[in-house]
Amino acid sequence: MAVTAAGIIFSNLHDNNIPELTRVRTMASVPFGCRYRFIDFALSNMVNSGITNVNVITHNNYHSLMDHVGSGKDWDLARRSGGLRILPPFISPASKDSKLFSTRLEALCSISDLIDSMKEELIVMSDCDSICNINLQEMIAKHVASGADITFAVKKTVLTAEKAHSEAIVKSDEEGYITEIIDQPEDFKGEQDVVINISVINKDTLSSIVHEARSKNYSNMYTDIINKVSSSKKFRIYRYDGFYADVTSMTDYYECNMSILEKCNRDALFGIKSRPVLTKVRNSAPAKYINGSKVVNSMIADGCVIEGTVENSMLFRGVIVGKGTVIKNCILFQDVHTGENVFLNCVIADKNVNITDNVMLSGHRTVPFYIEKGKVIKDR
Amino acid sequence: MSEKKECVAMLLAGGQGSRLYTLTENTAKPAVPFGGKYRIIDFPLSNCINSGIDTVGVLTQYQPLELNEYIGNGQPWDLDRNVGGVMVLPPYQGYNGADWYKGTANAIYQNLNFIDRYNPEYVLVLSGDHIYKMNYDDMLDFHKKKEADCTIAVLNVPLEEACRFGIMNADGDGKIFEFEEKPKHPKSTKASMGIYIFNYKKLRQYLIEDENNPTSSNDFGKNIIPTMLDRGERLFAYPFKGYWKDVGTIESLWEANMDLLGKEPKFNIHDKEHRIYFRTPARTAEYIGDNATVSNSMVTEGCEVYGTVINSVLFSGVYVAPGAVVKDSVIMSDTVIEKDAKVEYCIVDREVKISQGAHLGQPKDEKAGITVIGRGLYIPAGRIIPGGLMINADKLAKMNQTQEG
Repeated sequence: MAVTAAGIIFSNLHDNNIPELTRVRTMASVPFGCRYRFIDFALSNMVNSGITNVNVITHNNYHSLMDHVGSGKDWDLARRSGGLRILPPFISPASKDSKLFSTRLEALCSISDLIDSMKEELIVMSDCDSICNINLQEMIAKHVASGADITFAVKKTVLTAEKAHSEAIVKSDEEGYITEIIDQPEDFKGEQDVVINISVINKDTLSSIVHEARSKNYSNMYTDIINKVSSSKKFRIYRYDGFYADVTSMTDYYECNMSILEKCNRDALFGIKSRPVLTKVRNSAPAKYINGSKVVNSMIADGCVIEGTVENSMLFRGVIVGKGTVIKNCILFQDVHTGENVFLNCVIADKNVNITDNVMLSGHRTVPFYIEKGKVIKDR
Repeated sequence: MSEKKECVAMLLAGGQGSRLYTLTENTAKPAVPFGGKYRIIDFPLSNCINSGIDTVGVLTQYQPLELNEYIGNGQPWDLDRNVGGVMVLPPYQGYNGADWYKGTANAIYQNLNFIDRYNPEYVLVLSGDHIYKMNYDDMLDFHKKKEADCTIAVLNVPLEEACRFGIMNADGDGKIFEFEEKPKHPKSTKASMGIYIFNYKKLRQYLIEDENNPTSSNDFGKNIIPTMLDRGERLFAYPFKGYWKDVGTIESLWEANMDLLGKEPKFNIHDKEHRIYFRTPARTAEYIGDNATVSNSMVTEGCEVYGTVINSVLFSGVYVAPGAVVKDSVIMSDTVIEKDAKVEYCIVDREVKISQGAHLGQPKDEKAGITVIGRGLYIPAGRIIPGGLMINADKLAKMNQTQEG
């Protein structure tokens, strides 16, 4: 890469989208796709594009995140210079107001000293729950060639009214310059360019935005900064057309996981040879299928032991499916154990859930039944 | 920080493993893949770290490239240490000339300077071709309790198989009074597992003496142990109970893989109390398709199965197309099995492409033997390879000529 870039990842911003799952963890460490955590995608996108100085801004509940990323070794980010840096919330005794940030811009303001001291020319910013496999190298090259201050990655998406409310829509001219960003639109029409919360920004631009925001108490990057100067051809879009998902509700989370069972989605997200999705490597033995097991259209992680039937489901590492047990349309997190003759349909079971013999539980595709971490469910 | 270590392990990993044929054509035996995601050497290395031994010298000689790369800095086994850790020790050129490792004892002799750096009380000698879980620390306790000069781990084998092993004849206390290498008429069934603990001072002295003996073949079993016995040193047999398998042949390698299967497997690799560590990149969880059948098997991350898999071990990234059948087989990483191909009673090495309708091997009960397919081979569509053959690039080329001409 001709220019140097550093990364910033926001790990907590959308915790409220799926409060059940973020009660014990950050949005960044929400499990996804049998063995991944949301942040794996942002980290892998950066590392696969040669970004080796990655900063993760956290807010609360970040123990699970620290546990997952560790030293950064599994992403090749355990480095002498640069590497992975976790930024816990920082409140100085001098500050009168101990309120933590709630927007991206406020989060950036809280690390303004760090931003000022970065030596890289560009900063790539990503939300932790932008689930995609994007070629940032190409995005950076186009950004540099255009001379823009900020480039926002967008994806053409057909929105529903419900979903549109949690997105930001970009209007741009034919040359790709942004004319307006509409954050959380009330009304919209059909297919739109939606920001996927990944952007490339010149470091000096970011520094000055942050200082301006601090002095003027701005909190929204789009309405307070971009839209005020959008006529000046400084902000561009970069069109991404690969797999993209962001999770705005529990149903969304369920559907998004299940979409990986389709080969086209799996290949688009995980099948790009030069850009593998990296994650924490654990020491699990391969999955074992005992005589009498039946598995159909499912993804199974290592360490699972299956004696029963599994259909249209995703099993994370170390899940045990007992004899006579039927698992249908479920997402079972790491180390969920089921006994014999259990029946589960449309269930999301968090880590270490134990479902004993003969229990029957069913949710619905639109309302998956969620079982919280560590819960033991007994018949009678 | 003190450089002293109580016990240093020396892992003999230089063997060619010629009885594994094409599987060891370009790689050392300890680097041969095993059990879905492991290499043979993961077992002794994991045993070391699980036993609190953090200094391991790995003696390499034959085709070391892949093994060196695999061990790397030792991080997957927590053997990347400031002092100690894992160190690959190839033969080297010295002031008095250069030599290959002439035998197991000579390999250790040439690396006395490595051991000296840690000034250990004990040296544990291991070999890199066995599948087992063992706590060497328990063996070391036994060694200390018996005030032994050398302790040899032994396994009870069936009497009719004893003639294939080095047999230790010991008294009731475990003190060895006789050692017989592959005896015709074995007096006991205590077979040496090739695991030795020595008092380092004694070992050092015997190795130097052995090196100065021009008639010696510089081997632990043939020279060092018999000499120590002759001199009346205290040698003890440490009885090991549990699974142990020498995977030096195609048959035993196949069996050891199969021993991992089933609800109560002979060898439990899912044991969380004694984990086996390995180096592997992260891959997507395996996908089992709509019409797939997977029965009594192990399947590893990165696999996609649309066909039938029975009594088999699939390593990571294996693709089994619709209509393809894999039975009683070991399929190593990234091998592709196309539509309607059939693989029976085979060991297929990595990155092999088996084209549509090809038929490899014969059913196990026809007793034609295990078929072995070498790394990276391309098996053309419809090709039939009968049971019991060892196929490498040369053989396949010849086969292609005759079948086309």
